[in-house]
Amino acid sequence: MAEPVTESPEIRVETPQPASDAEGSRPEWKRAREPIFHLDDVTVSYGDNAAVRDVTFDIARHEITALIGPSGCGKSTLIRCLNRMNDLIPSARVEGKVVYHGQDLYGPEVDAVEVRKRIGMVFQKPNPFPKSIYDNIAFGPRVLGMKGDLDEIVEQALRSAAVWDEVKDRLRTNAFGMSGGQQQRLCIARCLAVEPDVILMDEPCSALDPISTGKIEDLMIDLKQQYSIVIVTHNMQQAARVSDKTAFFTVELDEDEKNRTGRVVEFDDTEKIFTNPSDPRTEAYVTGKVG
Amino acid sequence: MSARQEAIGRPSGSQRAKDQSFRVALLACLAVAIGLLVVLLIDVVLDGAGTLSWHFINSFTSISADKAGIQAALWGTIWLMGVCALFIVPVGVATAIYLEEYGDSTKWWNRLIELNIQNLAAVPSIVYGILGLAFLVRGPLSLGTVVLAGGLTLGLLVLPMVIIAGREALRAVPSSIREGSMALGATQWQTIWRQVLPAAIPGIATGVILALSRAIGETAPLIVVGAATVIAFNPSGVDSQFTAMPIQIFDWISRASNDINNYRPLAAAAILLLMILLLAMNSVAIWLRNRYEQKW
Amino acid sequence: MEAASTAAAADGRPEAPSLRAARRRYGEDLIKGVLVLAALISLLTTAGIVYALLKETIVFFGDVGIGEFLFGTKWTPLFGSASFGVLPLVAGTFATTFIALLVAIPLGLAAAIYLSEYARPRVRKTIKPMLELLAGVPTIVFGYFALTFFTPEILRSFFNLHVAIFNALAAGIIIGFLIIPIVASISEDSMRSVPQALREGAFGLGASKFQVSLRVVFPAALSGIVASVVLAMSRAVGETMVVLIAGGQQPQWGIDVGKSMETLTAFIGATAKGDAATGSIAYKTIFAVGTTLFVITLVMNLISIRFVRKYRQVYE
Repeated sequence: MAEPVTESPEIRVETPQPASDAEGSRPEWKRAREPIFHLDDVTVSYGDNAAVRDVTFDIARHEITALIGPSGCGKSTLIRCLNRMNDLIPSARVEGKVVYHGQDLYGPEVDAVEVRKRIGMVFQKPNPFPKSIYDNIAFGPRVLGMKGDLDEIVEQALRSAAVWDEVKDRLRTNAFGMSGGQQQRLCIARCLAVEPDVILMDEPCSALDPISTGKIEDLMIDLKQQYSIVIVTHNMQQAARVSDKTAFFTVELDEDEKNRTGRVVEFDDTEKIFTNPSDPRTEAYVTGKVG
Repeated sequence: MSARQEAIGRPSGSQRAKDQSFRVALLACLAVAIGLLVVLLIDVVLDGAGTLSWHFINSFTSISADKAGIQAALWGTIWLMGVCALFIVPVGVATAIYLEEYGDSTKWWNRLIELNIQNLAAVPSIVYGILGLAFLVRGPLSLGTVVLAGGLTLGLLVLPMVIIAGREALRAVPSSIREGSMALGATQWQTIWRQVLPAAIPGIATGVILALSRAIGETAPLIVVGAATVIAFNPSGVDSQFTAMPIQIFDWISRASNDINNYRPLAAAAILLLMILLLAMNSVAIWLRNRYEQKW
Repeated sequence: MEAASTAAAADGRPEAPSLRAARRRYGEDLIKGVLVLAALISLLTTAGIVYALLKETIVFFGDVGIGEFLFGTKWTPLFGSASFGVLPLVAGTFATTFIALLVAIPLGLAAAIYLSEYARPRVRKTIKPMLELLAGVPTIVFGYFALTFFTPEILRSFFNLHVAIFNALAAGIIIGFLIIPIVASISEDSMRSVPQALREGAFGLGASKFQVSLRVVFPAALSGIVASVVLAMSRAVGETMVVLIAGGQQPQWGIDVGKSMETLTAFIGATAKGDAATGSIAYKTIFAVGTTLFVITLVMNLISIRFVRKYRQVYE
């Protein structure tokens, strides 16, 4: 149980109790870094143009993995592969392997809807539905046919997203009446309500003020105890603050300077990326020599 | 004024006069256009207001003009609008959903459907009457000149309006809503049915009402379909023979050529009633749009 | 959530979640099928129109030579010694359409220019609904007005013209007013899409509003304006009630617009009203004339659609 902090409400985190916890010692598999995603030579193209190329790295359970890099390097394109959101764009094509818990995410038998039930997403601009706060959160559980008391599910999700106290008295009011930061936490709560395995966040704070940003960063650190998080961010300091692992992307122009293609330069512990990066391009970016 | 003076930017007196007279000319044209409308409305009111009464609304048509009323035509129109609405709402909305949400516009068949709808929107209304005559009244369905045939004919006529309005209403819903819903694990139809369509309903409803406003005043298709003029009963079902307000108006106008004093007021009163109905429908449409329009 | 990712196995490790759908989503496929069927109704409508028209027209051309139909100048199909030359009807249609355009193009474009370039927002808010009102008046009301007021009071009394009670001039002028909203709204749309930067460039050189409207905006908006005129023309060609009521039912192979000139549409309306028996010569003429009408408006519609695409492409 997290200790109550002065500003954030109490967050209840329930970790599944393994059967062999007899002496209170954690089993081996919990201590080791367990990858849930393995990307192998992933290339994403829109039509004929490759947006991001040859991406290879792992994403591990209960970690926050940050994707950083300059504009146009394909970070958003890549993160959208992880929950098959690129399927919504007719010209998008994914090559290479995206393996999730040992299964090829783009395999022929895989249903994209099932994928998105387990891998949720929070978008750059908060996108609440034009409905009440309650109905926003309840939408996911309803369409997925989740069992359980809807009121409890809604409350639990809003608590987990650190927004319950602010809205508990106005659950039936329209979500559009909330401030930007509240709306984004609502979107996070909405995502949590369907009990995902992974939460993808595409620049979740870039449209928000610094105080809301801070609240969401605190929330992310709490959430990683129960979920795994991948975040795209423009804000290097944010990546340095919250993430465990960081992937640095760069953008390359092709010969006739028409197409920009992104690729991963370095993937490592966040601390190493920011204090002692291996690649000079990484160093140039994180020290602010290039934008 | 010389080109050089123009370039320096000092308008001469004659230049200013030209500007002013252009402006005046534009306003005069607008005045003529709107003026005709005003004269038309005044003329109709003057001709018909005296005859428009409860007696008029509740009586059936009659050989003696002073007893004649519009009840059968009014109810005929109401029945026709009912059939029309029941047809255009599901078909129009479904087509709009298909084209906006499912149809990939790079495929030629989807582009053909779109082009086809744009063309149908401009086909003369009398041609729809011919279509109705050939397929609904006679031909394969042979429904006869009944309410169902008339209503469906009008429905086919205004269907493109509903489809076009429906597509605009769906398009106005931002894609971020669809993405948010799909990202939660909802299917495409769940997203459309529970998020996109509800948000588009005000726009769709406005489109349907405007389509019905068009249908209610259409005479030519009903003439060709064969709506009778001397009907002294209200429709009892979709398989009834019928008359409609535009048809009755047309009949009275035709009679007015021979007997202008008796029949002209009847025609004018019926026109007035029709315009009042139209005004009511359009007011509802405008109210709907203002009250429920979603500001994203 | 069934198949949740945290089903515990014997050693407490979470199971890898299944990404297969629990069952194939038949519901989604079914719904998509229903929607496609609905969309096909619009295709079937056009197919139906074409089929209905052509079927009877082909039968008609079995009886009447296509040459006589297309090039004959006498149209008396229902008389004992019938003549089937459609040209008088075509003449009537184009005469009224021509007159209508003479009214609608200047007035419509004036309205468009004023609303787009001159009017303040408040004025726009008042005038636009009036134009929409003009567009919303049923054509039978215009027909009534043409016959009972416009011809007697305006053409005969006020202008002192010697016109018959049913004449093509009145019908044409009233149709012109009826189609003003088409010209005005599409042209205005097209003019408003002209980027402000173009106007500002011209104003910066010292041009007046008059010069900017006519020399900068108008040419830039030309494809939209042409589209609006072609569409209005198509509408005028297809207009029935005004000509049926006020234009008369005497076909005329001539250009005396002061007299009655039956149009394609008026003929169909008048003949169908008489409840023609299936298979009779009257029935067949409805379809032959209908086909002529459909072809003319189809060509105009396609031209107009092309022009609309052109103007939308340039600025979007």
